[in-house]
Amino acid sequence: MTLRERLRQKISAAFYHHGLLCASYPVPIILFTSASILTCCYPLLRLPLPGTGPVEFTTAVRGYASPSHNPLGDPVERPDWYRGPPVAYIQQVLVKAAVSPWGSNLLPVDAFRPPLGQVFTLLEEIRNHVHSDSSGVQSLEHLCLQVTDLLPGLRRMQTVLPEHGCLLVSPGNYWQNQQELFDSDPDLLKTVQKHEPKGLHTSATLRDLLFGVPGKHTGVSHYSKKRVVTYTITIALSTYDAGFLGSLRARLKQLHPSANCSLGEEHMVHVHFKEEIGIAELIPLVTTYIILFAYIYFSTRKIDMVKSKWGLALAAVVTVLSSLLMSVGLCTLFGLTPTLNGGEIFPYLVVVIGLENVLVLTKSVVSTPVDLEVKLRIAQGLSNESWSIMKNMATELCIILIGYFTLVPAIQEFCLFAVVGLVSDFFLQMFFFTTVLSIDIRRMELADLNRRLPAEAGLPPPKPGPLRPREAPPPPRPSPHTITLQTPAFRNLRLPKRLRVVYFLARTRLAQRIIMVGTVIWIGILVYTDPAGLRTYLAAQVSEQSHLGDPGGGGGQPPHLGGMAPVFPGGDPAKALSVLPAREATPLPENQSQRHLAPGRVQEQPRGPPAATQVPWGAEDEEGWRRLSFRHWPSLFSYYNITLAKRYISILPVIPVTLHLGPQEAPETPRHPQDARLPPDPIPKFSSPDLQAADLTLYKVAALGLAAGVLLVLLLFCLYRVLCPRNYGQNGVSHGRRRRGDLPCDDYGYSPPVSEISPLLLRGHSMDIECLASDGMLLASCCLAGQIRVWDAQTGDCLTVIPNHNWDGAGGACDPESLGCEGRDPCVGGDSASEDEGGGFPFRRHAPPLRPPLFTDQPDLTPLIDTNFDSRLPPSSVHAAPPRGAAFDYGGLVERAYTEHEPPSPAAPDRGFACGPPPAAEWEGSVWAMELRGNLIAAGRSSGKLQLWDAVEGSLRCSNEEGASGITALAFLNNRIVAARLDGSLDFFTVELNKPPGLLQYRGAPGRGSMPPSPCYSSDDLISCQLTRSVLCAHQKPITVLRAAAGRVVTGSQDHTVRVYRLDDSCCLFTLQGHSGAITAIYIDETMVLASGGQDGAICLWDVLTGSRVSHVYGHRGDVTSLVCTNTCVISSGLDDLICIWDRSTGIKLYSIQQEVGCGDSLGVISDSLLVTGGQGCVSFWDLNFGDLLQTVYLGQTSDGQGVRQLLVLDNAAIVCDFGSELSLVYVPSVLEKLD
Amino acid sequence: MADSTPGGYGSEPGPRPAPGPYISAVTNRTTNLVIRGAMLFSVGVFLALVLNLLQVQRNVTLFPPDVISSIFSSAWWVPPCCGTASALIGLLYPCIDSRLGEPHRFKREWSSVMRCVAVFVGINHASAKVDFANNVQLSLTLAALSVGLWWSFDRSRSGFSLGVVIALLATLATQLLVYNGVFQYTSPDFLYIRSWLPCIFFAGVITMGNIGRQLALLTVMLIS
Repeated sequence: MTLRERLRQKISAAFYHHGLLCASYPVPIILFTSASILTCCYPLLRLPLPGTGPVEFTTAVRGYASPSHNPLGDPVERPDWYRGPPVAYIQQVLVKAAVSPWGSNLLPVDAFRPPLGQVFTLLEEIRNHVHSDSSGVQSLEHLCLQVTDLLPGLRRMQTVLPEHGCLLVSPGNYWQNQQELFDSDPDLLKTVQKHEPKGLHTSATLRDLLFGVPGKHTGVSHYSKKRVVTYTITIALSTYDAGFLGSLRARLKQLHPSANCSLGEEHMVHVHFKEEIGIAELIPLVTTYIILFAYIYFSTRKIDMVKSKWGLALAAVVTVLSSLLMSVGLCTLFGLTPTLNGGEIFPYLVVVIGLENVLVLTKSVVSTPVDLEVKLRIAQGLSNESWSIMKNMATELCIILIGYFTLVPAIQEFCLFAVVGLVSDFFLQMFFFTTVLSIDIRRMELADLNRRLPAEAGLPPPKPGPLRPREAPPPPRPSPHTITLQTPAFRNLRLPKRLRVVYFLARTRLAQRIIMVGTVIWIGILVYTDPAGLRTYLAAQVSEQSHLGDPGGGGGQPPHLGGMAPVFPGGDPAKALSVLPAREATPLPENQSQRHLAPGRVQEQPRGPPAATQVPWGAEDEEGWRRLSFRHWPSLFSYYNITLAKRYISILPVIPVTLHLGPQEAPETPRHPQDARLPPDPIPKFSSPDLQAADLTLYKVAALGLAAGVLLVLLLFCLYRVLCPRNYGQNGVSHGRRRRGDLPCDDYGYSPPVSEISPLLLRGHSMDIECLASDGMLLASCCLAGQIRVWDAQTGDCLTVIPNHNWDGAGGACDPESLGCEGRDPCVGGDSASEDEGGGFPFRRHAPPLRPPLFTDQPDLTPLIDTNFDSRLPPSSVHAAPPRGAAFDYGGLVERAYTEHEPPSPAAPDRGFACGPPPAAEWEGSVWAMELRGNLIAAGRSSGKLQLWDAVEGSLRCSNEEGASGITALAFLNNRIVAARLDGSLDFFTVELNKPPGLLQYRGAPGRGSMPPSPCYSSDDLISCQLTRSVLCAHQKPITVLRAAAGRVVTGSQDHTVRVYRLDDSCCLFTLQGHSGAITAIYIDETMVLASGGQDGAICLWDVLTGSRVSHVYGHRGDVTSLVCTNTCVISSGLDDLICIWDRSTGIKLYSIQQEVGCGDSLGVISDSLLVTGGQGCVSFWDLNFGDLLQTVYLGQTSDGQGVRQLLVLDNAAIVCDFGSELSLVYVPSVLEKLD
Repeated sequence: MADSTPGGYGSEPGPRPAPGPYISAVTNRTTNLVIRGAMLFSVGVFLALVLNLLQVQRNVTLFPPDVISSIFSSAWWVPPCCGTASALIGLLYPCIDSRLGEPHRFKREWSSVMRCVAVFVGINHASAKVDFANNVQLSLTLAALSVGLWWSFDRSRSGFSLGVVIALLATLATQLLVYNGVFQYTSPDFLYIRSWLPCIFFAGVITMGNIGRQLALLTVMLIS
């Protein structure tokens, strides 16, 4: 045990030092690691590239013997697969036949009908060839590869491919190897074409299989200029018999000598085919890869708390992959050749090596104390996990070593790779990944530093680096009225999917490019496949070119140019055109088979009179099968259910056969009567005089096509320019504050256009705004000066101004009192009050409010409000004169209404008529609470008065002064008003609507019972407000919060309890006890969700129906200042500047957002996923689902110390918040659209 | 700081809007059981098909006439049986864990589960593709691999014993089926098949148990 401890300590110390080293010298270590990776991977260059292409190996024909299964230490290097006999030996007889010279009486069909006809005699010859030597008589039947049935799916090929016999294919198979069928075939080409597959095909076609040469080289076509027909007779042999093949070769050469052929005959090529991946193999393979990717995904998902998650995930994957590459490279270096299928074992290797250590490292490092130095963090993190890493590694090595002793070669190889991979993975982890991690951590620390510094120094950060999203950074101060997308929203910018797709498309211009490419391809195909189009021309041209050109030059022998003047010196120009049958020119076969002719000797010794049209033999004919598809042989054999995968075939040197058919010989071949009816020979069109013209046509077509393409591209470009503005996505640049690189980007690096939403500043109040109320259409605000202003919530226009009366009338006498009231105001911080007391206030009171020159378009109400109040005191002047001329009439009307209908209320006549020298009793107090419903403003004053004002006209509709204690909170629901007073009592008022009799007939009959939730009180109606019930001791201490919804009134008080009243009969339903501190926040909505927060930092969720506590959580250090619920979660903010988001049903904290110090505590929920919080001079929008900061809207330039204390969310997707003495109206339609 | 007390789940206020249909479905115990069972069943069926293909592949030629039908070359009832068995096993494991009162805490992560599945497929792959000298070697290797799988991803005694029992039962059932002629091995080598079958079964049981436990863990987190 002590040994273990000591070992553990040593390992830990070693890791610690290593961590220090890595974090100290990151760049040299990364360079060193990269160099070692490259070095170890260098041997991989020698490995064959993965693929299914066949591999070749060439041996000499002479002395060839089938390789044995067990190679006995051959000095000759031979590939691994070259063991045992091949699947088949392929002997090809390459026939080139030409009708020459071409007579004018010949039909185009004659170019290939007689040559093809010769195949039957050749076949006869080959089949009947018998070689007898000492070992016995050998015939083809004995040697050839016997095949059985075709695969069941190939019935249609039964007539063409041989069955139950030798695998011998030739063009004769089209006609069942019967001359009669051939002779009676009216259209040879049609027969050939009949078996061609339709559409595109990549593998070998039947035509290729039977002809043995690529289709375009056969020369079987009406348009072939060459008039040389090439085909092969392919024989598959199961055993190699040198004697038989030699005699066959000699015999064929003797019969059909090839004059100028010097094809090599000394090499045979063995072609090994890799395993082809069929669907059956593919499905498990794909499955393993899917599992692998899932594994990598789930693993890298756990990387957290780092600067760049993706970067580290990439580094982890790179670590594993390059360790695998290194392992393969090292194994290759030490002489081990991988025999396993790399693609198959790769996922297992990755899984065995695993990403675990990397993740463990990351986790350990990020969990070290943040305030440590980076070096020390890395070192500590490493040494913390050193023991487990070493233990894991030892365990894995042991398991793999056990696997090594299974003594199964494949498993041994796998284990070897895995061991080396593990070791190199460990190496890379220690050097590469640790260093990358240290760099990452350092970057994060820098970012942290960047963030922290300005918050303390009060300076804007020099460059707001990307930050973690959960922490609201101090905003860079832009000019007012702009919305800045936060830079840290880099990866977390949650745009809706469709927008992302659109941005992706826009960024890559994918659609345009695809359309462009598609069109070009389409045009190309059109031009190419047009019957009169390019293909025909091209085909003709190609055959022409290959004929006229010098393909045989590679072999050192310039081919004889048919029809042209002979150019070689040895040739006889006079005899070049002489008509001689080929047979007569047959030289001795001995000469013909001379293999070691120097390239030039053929020309120097022209044997006999040269044929008129010499059939060109070139080096490319020597291994003509190379020009075939590499799937040629596998597909041929697969028809007989013989797989070539992982096996090889041996291709013997071809036997060249040249057939010269004289023109008189050609017609001997019986023509089919229909041959003559074939289309006229188009060849003359291409004969030498017209050759230039043909070329010209070709060039014209090419030029036209090019021009069309260019035109198209230009057109598309213009279209693109028109449709997509050039500066798309770069809106932010115009501000000049952000550099391009600073633009927020989404996952794809595309920066979406910044939506410029200006907050609308509503100015007019002279002091800080204290109360804010809205009913969606109108917006009422009350400032410390007691002035109430009504705004249009849509446009932001100021509709009405209701000045504070006692100030207007009483002069300075009231000031100390009112200021004293403000000092008591629970809503107002002490500093602002004292600041106002300092000096600004008296000045503002007498002078008209200072109007910033910004809003010159607003109606200047100054003369109507302030100017004349001191001098004239008519009865109606107490009401603010609305900007309409009818104000006086209404005023009179209201007064009459007061005198007639409200005799019990002594306030109205008193105030109305005795306003001149305002007595002390007339002091109304400042507004402590305000509510707005319909067009009625309910204002609760510190004096205990409840006043109802008409919001549109600014007239006092009703006042109730039954209570003496100040109204701290108001709730206005339907036609009831609940007022909570400072002494803990709760008053229920009913708003009565009395219509003047004269006006009744003009109105619908808005019965009181069917009063909508937000009734619109007409100015004609007479309104009275009567106290229906007063609960004297609702709470022992002042009521702090009052909320009403869903027919319930909920009050929270400093006496730690929450009470629920029924609104209709003001009956107390429950007293909810559970908090251990004063209640500071309550939320209730129409769905009867009740949440309360207290000074103890606890949040309780209650069941309003039963009064039971649903959940109780502690979320904040200090008061809970604000509470909002959505359908799924509860959002709370506290004095600790933390916003917590809780799951509503379970009470589990989902996450929390740390805000800046001194941030506002106001909250609002716009939609289920969009949260608004007020901050220092700004409001921030958060994505509730992810806790990401979406946007921050700055309300003004001078935002120092001006926190947003109140925030209202209106129905029309706007939010209203107070901002010092101004109101700010922010419309967020775009955010809404995106998020909903 | 966040001392979250899970609130009474059952005593939620009535008029409160019910949680979304998905959440309520997932948190409902019966529905949850059914969902888990269905997921395990589909995983089992999928793995059975793929691994069957892997086994068939040995005799598959390069151009099999009907590739797709070779997936279903074995009897139709085999994949459903595998699926049912895996669903049962996957539900049984967390159940046994909770009965024994020892919650499984070893490597409770999806990445570990994925690794386990990959190793299981790898064992199958090895048994199908690697040429072994004789059957004893094959059986021993597979047994070692299976035990290694258990050690790497499970390490619980209950898991081991359950795996062994189920593997033996499954082998017995298979043998009974073979004796009754309901089912026949493609390979004539009788012992050959029988020898690797328990190991594969054992590895499969461990894997499915792992998946089932992870799903159950997810459920526990969700419900709490």
